[in-house]
Formats: sequence, structure tokens, C-alpha cells
Amino acid sequence: MAIGKAVRAVGFAVLIVVASSGAVHSARGGAAADLEKLANRLADPKTQARAFQSLAENADPAIEPLIRALKDGALYRLQGRLVMLADDGSLRDVAGQAVDGTLPSGQEAVGLDEKLFGVVQRVLERFEVLSASREVRRAAAVKLGNSGAPTVIPLLERAREREQDPGLRAVIDEALAKLQLLSPDPAARTRAVKHLGGLKSEAALSQLRAMLATEPDPAVRQEVKRAVDGIDSHIGIRNIVGYAFNGVSLGAVLLIMSLGLSVTFGLMGIINMAHGEMLMIGSYTAYVVQEIVAQHWAGYQDYYFFVALPLSFIVAGLVGLALELGIIRFLYGRPLETLIVTWGIGMILQQCARLYFGDQTSVNAPTWFRGGVEAMAGLIFPWSRIFIVGLAVASLIALWLVLTYTFAGLRVQAVMQNRAMAACLGVSTRKVDAVTFALGTALAGVAGCALALIGTVDPEVGKTYIVDSFMVVVLGGVGKLLGTVVASFTIGVFNKLLEPAIGGTAAAVYAKVAVLLMVIWFLQWRPTGLFPERGRAAEAT
Amino acid sequence: MKIRDSELAAVGVFAAIFVVGLPTANALGLISDYYLNLFGKYLALAILALGLDLIWGYAGILSLCQAIFFGIGAYSIGMHMMLEGSGRGVYGEPVPDFMIWNQVYQLPWFWKPYQYGAVAVLGAILVPAALAVVIGLVTFRRRLRGTYFAILTQAIAFAAWLIINRNEMKLGGTNGLTDFKSLFGFSLGNPRTLHVLYVLTALVLVGAFALSRWLVRSKAGLVLTAVRDNERRLEFLGYDTAHFKIFVFAVSAALAGLSGLLYAPQVGIITPSQIGVLPSLEVVIWVAFGGRGTLIGAVIGAIAVNWLRSVLTASYPSLWPIILGGLFVVVVLIVPDGLVGVGRRLLSLLWPRRREGEATAAAAPMKEHVI
Repeated sequence: MAIGKAVRAVGFAVLIVVASSGAVHSARGGAAADLEKLANRLADPKTQARAFQSLAENADPAIEPLIRALKDGALYRLQGRLVMLADDGSLRDVAGQAVDGTLPSGQEAVGLDEKLFGVVQRVLERFEVLSASREVRRAAAVKLGNSGAPTVIPLLERAREREQDPGLRAVIDEALAKLQLLSPDPAARTRAVKHLGGLKSEAALSQLRAMLATEPDPAVRQEVKRAVDGIDSHIGIRNIVGYAFNGVSLGAVLLIMSLGLSVTFGLMGIINMAHGEMLMIGSYTAYVVQEIVAQHWAGYQDYYFFVALPLSFIVAGLVGLALELGIIRFLYGRPLETLIVTWGIGMILQQCARLYFGDQTSVNAPTWFRGGVEAMAGLIFPWSRIFIVGLAVASLIALWLVLTYTFAGLRVQAVMQNRAMAACLGVSTRKVDAVTFALGTALAGVAGCALALIGTVDPEVGKTYIVDSFMVVVLGGVGKLLGTVVASFTIGVFNKLLEPAIGGTAAAVYAKVAVLLMVIWFLQWRPTGLFPERGRAAEAT
Repeated sequence: MKIRDSELAAVGVFAAIFVVGLPTANALGLISDYYLNLFGKYLALAILALGLDLIWGYAGILSLCQAIFFGIGAYSIGMHMMLEGSGRGVYGEPVPDFMIWNQVYQLPWFWKPYQYGAVAVLGAILVPAALAVVIGLVTFRRRLRGTYFAILTQAIAFAAWLIINRNEMKLGGTNGLTDFKSLFGFSLGNPRTLHVLYVLTALVLVGAFALSRWLVRSKAGLVLTAVRDNERRLEFLGYDTAHFKIFVFAVSAALAGLSGLLYAPQVGIITPSQIGVLPSLEVVIWVAFGGRGTLIGAVIGAIAVNWLRSVLTASYPSLWPIILGGLFVVVVLIVPDGLVGVGRRLLSLLWPRRREGEATAAAAPMKEHVI
């Protein structure tokens, strides 16, 4: 069904083109006669091949319907004239004017030599630049720009006149400029070079580079050199911006994860090695929600994420609460023991996930998450990553608001600053501990849900982030929101900027090692992190 | 005094069983070569546990990169064995076979010293110690203590694991080093060589135990225990605790290297999976399971957990991580003083009069120290 619809749509599009181009050309009487002559030569088996050869240079849009009809077997001879059979069954002459009469049954269409199919296809492809579909027009314009055949310039110019979409017009301009680089006129070449240089056109870079060697005119060559340098430096800047953005998005994941870690470490002296598994739980929650929605409400698959995000917060939070009440609370004040115990819990959770879900599953990002924002020419920030950065910032602000402006938050701060005194003043430190721990793990769950959008979901996902997250906590200073923020983004961005600088297949590994060494080096002169505790609280760590 | 006697007696019984008993049983055909080799492996790992017990059990410093030191020891002797077998590989080239797969036809520079057996043996012990001194200098000297040290050493273990997995390190990548043919001219295919290796390992373990025992009873050992129990007070008394910490870290690293040195020839393979965070943490569990802060506990724990692993991974491979994880939780929560502590409590139940003596002689008051 869908295919049938698409075919009809294409047919309709062709019809529009046929009608409109026909209307334009009927005004030019001579042109119509030429067309008639060409049609007759194309229809005659003896002259067909030679006629197509001459067409190789012809990019007049008026001939498109004729050639398409010939290819589709819709060109007929009717009383000595060539007529085309349109999709709706009406007859038209080669210029597109309606013709009266009907085809006798059994009438054979004008034949096309099999050997010429390839040529015909190429001729027709050129006309795609006039197609009704935006994507087809774009692809065709790029293709024509790369064709290196200046004869298609008139066709492109025509396409440009008709183009409504400013974005596409720029694409056509770029294609035109690339073709004009081949122009024999130095002024035209200069204009084209300047245009491409202004556009920072990466697509034209190799052609411009080649021109550096072949360009005869020194003035033009100068211009080419300037354009090439401009484009090169643009690409350099763009790459750095791209890497930095990747770093920011890694930093965002680290931030959501480390917020919980840092607060529980600062508040309770707990090193929660199972924090990575809370992230894993968030990812699997997203996966399970997606599967359930796909099974029962297939039409709403794009919206499962709205359910998955809060649900992963709740599920990971509940698991954290259970952990705290069941195990962690026996270990307060013994950070190294919590490290060992939570590592064990992490192992158990990880293996359970592996046994239940298998080694790798993946979550489909909702369709409205695909694509992204073009931040610079040729640089796209994917929506999913922008979303993660936004989520990190939102989590941070929410946590800060809760800690600063709610009564519960003030209690958390009080316990963090002086547990004994807070307890004396009637704060239930037990409750505060449990809720804070659960809040931390819930945030990790949110990070996991967001992470599922940009990667696969596997049982090891927690382990890949846990070491980095602890580096963040160590670097930022325990229990410090600001320190955590600065450290997350520093580590994220350093990591991603170092990767291309190191290069090679193992860049990610060495970047990680380099970041670790930098953290150790930094701790040489700030042993308690960027924002250390002062006063009596410093004794505790 | 009585407890000390009983501890010494226990050590004597252990030594007798493992140094004399098992090889004799093997010679009489009571246990197979396979089991003797398996216990050789456990005894090698017990040395690793001893090293961790010195730094964690006595000095209270949780090092999570012991597996790196162990790996250096194992890779040192592994490299030597690979070179001994070179020219006898599938390709008959003078470099190990795995290098041919990676298009390396020249022996990398850092492999060259390992052609000499003495370099391999000394390197297996001294390189870990030197690395520990470097790590100690950048951490203890800067007063990075307790949790920070644990987290940093864990990150170092993670980084080492990442790096050693790479093929361009020319250490065999994820496959590690294997297919050893001979050690110092003795064929590893010959059961006699493995018997000798077993006895050697058992004797080295006894030696390492004696050394550790001497160390923890020396004045330095008392200072280390004081570091664990109240480092700040010790500093006020004028001790430079960093020196003691670096020293014990280096000793524990050397023991770990020694352990790897004895482990690799007996097992016949060393891969990156034995270096890294989890293997380092597993050592912690051996020690905790046996009884932290008692040397005999570390040895018992290493043998017991590894034996458990051999039994359980054979029958329930997919459940092993869950059991091991459960062990992490149960040991710390329910039996914090390990098998040795349970044994002591059982003894005191049987002979209640001994309780008083035990209270003073208990080697490790382990709780209540916030680090």
C-alpha cells in the first residue's frame, strides 16, 4: 500500500513539473519546434543513440517530460505525431499541451534501446534538482555541483530561481560556485572562490586545493590560497568546538552521577561503589519501559521516554533506599568497609542484570530526538546530547534549590556540617541519611536513563563511569556542589580534547590515563580537592 | 602467651601440611599432580594476601592496586619464559609468536633485559617495590590518606588495566602471555618441574610469613599499628608517618610481585584480567574472609576463597560473581574479624577461661577507627 502511494505521489510530482515546464515553454514557439524535432530523432530507432549522445550536454528542463515518457514507455505515435500518455490517462504533446483523441488499443509505445538505459538515467537525474521533494532537490544539487560539468549551470540557475527554501538556495549557490571554479573567465573564478571561501565550504576544499597547483592566474591563485586557509582554520575551530561539546556532554553525565556520590560521601562518609549499578538500573528501566510500550501501546513509542525518565528516578531511588536501610546503615563512619561492601553489591546487581537481560540491549531514542542543531557549518549538536546537558543542569539546580531553600535540605546541610550537634538539636540523622542516599542513587538512575539514549545498555555501563565519577569527587572536594560541577566538566572536556590530541586507536585509553595523572598531580598541591573543607570538618576526611 | 603459642602451633601445623604433607601425599599417589598444582597456585596467592594484610590489616591503609604489583611480577617471569621459548614457536622467529601477529619482528627494548633470569626474578620483586615508592611519594607525602588513597589506587589499577589490554604495549594485549615452554631450562611439561615449583612456593610462603611476622612485631610494626589506630596522635608524637607508610607499601608490593613470580609458571598464563580493580579487591576479600590483621588469617583466607572459587566456578560459573559479591557483603557485615575471629570465639566458647588472655592478645582491635 505504502509503495503504491509513493509511486502515485511521484507520478503526481512529475505531472506538476510537466505541466509547469510545458507552460513556460509554449511561450517560445521556436523552442517548441526544436523539441518536436528532438522528439522525432529520439523516437526513431536509427537516430536514437546519436540523439542521446548530443543530449549529454543538454540540460534544458523542457526535455525532461519527453525523456521520462520515453523511459517509462509512455511515448506513442498518434496520427504521425508523438504524444505522451500522462498518469491520468490524458494525452499530451511533447511540449506538454493537451491533445484530443484516444490511443487505439494494442498500440505499442515507442521503444528505447536497452543499451541506452544508463545514459537516460543520467540525463534524468539532472532534472531531480527541480523535484518536488526537498531532500531529492538537495541531493541532486550537491551531485550536480560535484559533476564538474559546466553545462549543467543553466539548469542549476533555473533551479535557483524557482527555489523557495533559503537553505536549499545556499546549497545550490555552493554547487554553482563549485562549477564556476571551472569557468574560463578569471573574474567568474575569483567570484566563485570568494563565495566558497565565505561559505567555509568543506565540500569545495579538495577542489580548491587542487586549484592551488593548476590555477594559471596569480591573482586568482592568491584568492584560492586565502579561501583554503580560511576553510582550514574554520575546520580546525569547528573540530575543537565539536570535541569540547562532546566533553561537555560527558561532563554532564559525570555531573549527574557525581552529585549523588559527592553528597553521600560528604554526608555519610560512604564510598558507594554500587553507584554505577544504580546508573545501570536507570538504563534498564528505560529499556523495560520501551519494551512494554512497544508491546501494548505501539502507537505511543515516541513518548515512552516521558514515563521512563521519572520511573528510572523512582526505581533507582527505591533500590538505593532499600540498600541504605538493609546494609549501608550498619557501616557509617567506616568508609573503606562501605567501599568493599558496595563493590560486592555492585557485582551482584551486575551479574543479575547479565543473567536476566543478556549482554547487550539497546534503547531506541524517540524519533524527535534524532537529528540536532547545526551549531556551525558542518557541525551538528545531537538533540540527545543537548538533552543530557540540559538534564544535568536541571538536576544541579533542583538539588541546589532543595538543599538551600527547603527545610529538608537545611537538615541535610546541618548533618553534613556537624552530625552530633544536628542530632542534639532534634534532627533525625537516620532519616536524613536514608533519604539523602536514596536521592543520590535516584539521580544516578536519571543519568542512566539519559545515557541509554546515546549508547547501548549493558551490565558493564556502571563500571565505565564509576572510576571517573570518583575522580570527580576527589578533584572537586567532598560534598561540594560547586567543586563537583567544575570537576565534572573539567574532566569531561579534558578527556575529549585530549583524545584527538593523542590520536590513534587507543586515544580514549590514553586520554583517561592522562586525566588520572593530571588529577594526581593536582592533588599534590591541593590534597583535598578544588574546594576543600575548612575548619573542623576537614578533620573528618 | 598461650594464644601466641597456639598461633605458632597453628602456623607449624599449616607449614607441615603444605610443605611436607601435600608433596608426600602426592608422592604416595593420594592426590593427583593437578591438585598439587592447584594448591601451588593458592599458596602463591597467599603471599599476595600476606602483602595486603601488612598494609591494610596492620597499617590500616587500603591499597586497591595490589593486582598491578602482582601483574608486574607475573609478567616479568612470563616475559623471561616467553624469551626462553623464542625460536621454538610456530613461526620459529626470535620474538614471541603474538608479536608476529602484531607485525613486530624486533624485540622491543624493554623486553631485552628479561632475557636474563636474574633480571626477571629481581625485577619481579624490585619493580613493584619501586613503583609503590613512587605512588607512596605522591600520595602519603601529600597527606592523602584513607579514602582518597583507596580511590586513587583504584583509579591507578583501572588505568593500568586499560593500558595493558592494548596490543601496542607489546605485552600480548587481552590474551596476555601464555604458552610457556620452560623455566630456567626445566621443561614445564615435566611434572617434576611443577613439583619443585610447588615446594619452592610453599617454602617462600613460609619465609614471607616469617618476614611479615618479624616485621609486625618490630618497632616499625608497632608504629604501623599506631598509624592505623590514630595517625594524628602519632604525628604529634613526632613520627613522620609517611616514611613508615611508604615503607610498608613497598614491602607489600614486593610480596605481591613475588606472588606473581611464583604464580605465572605454575598456572601457565597471565592476562590483563588478573590486573585491575576487581582482582585487587578480591585480595581484600581473601584477607577479610580469613581475618584481617592476623597473618595466618590472610593465608587461610587466600587458600579458602580460591579453593571455593575453583569448586564453584566449575559447577556454577554464572553464579560465581553473585557468590563473590555476596561474600564481600557478608564478610564485612557479619564476620568482620574473619575465620580466625570465628575460630577464636569458638575456642573461647569451648574453654571460657581463656577469654581473658585473648582480650589482651587479640592482634587487631579493628573497629572504631575512622580514617
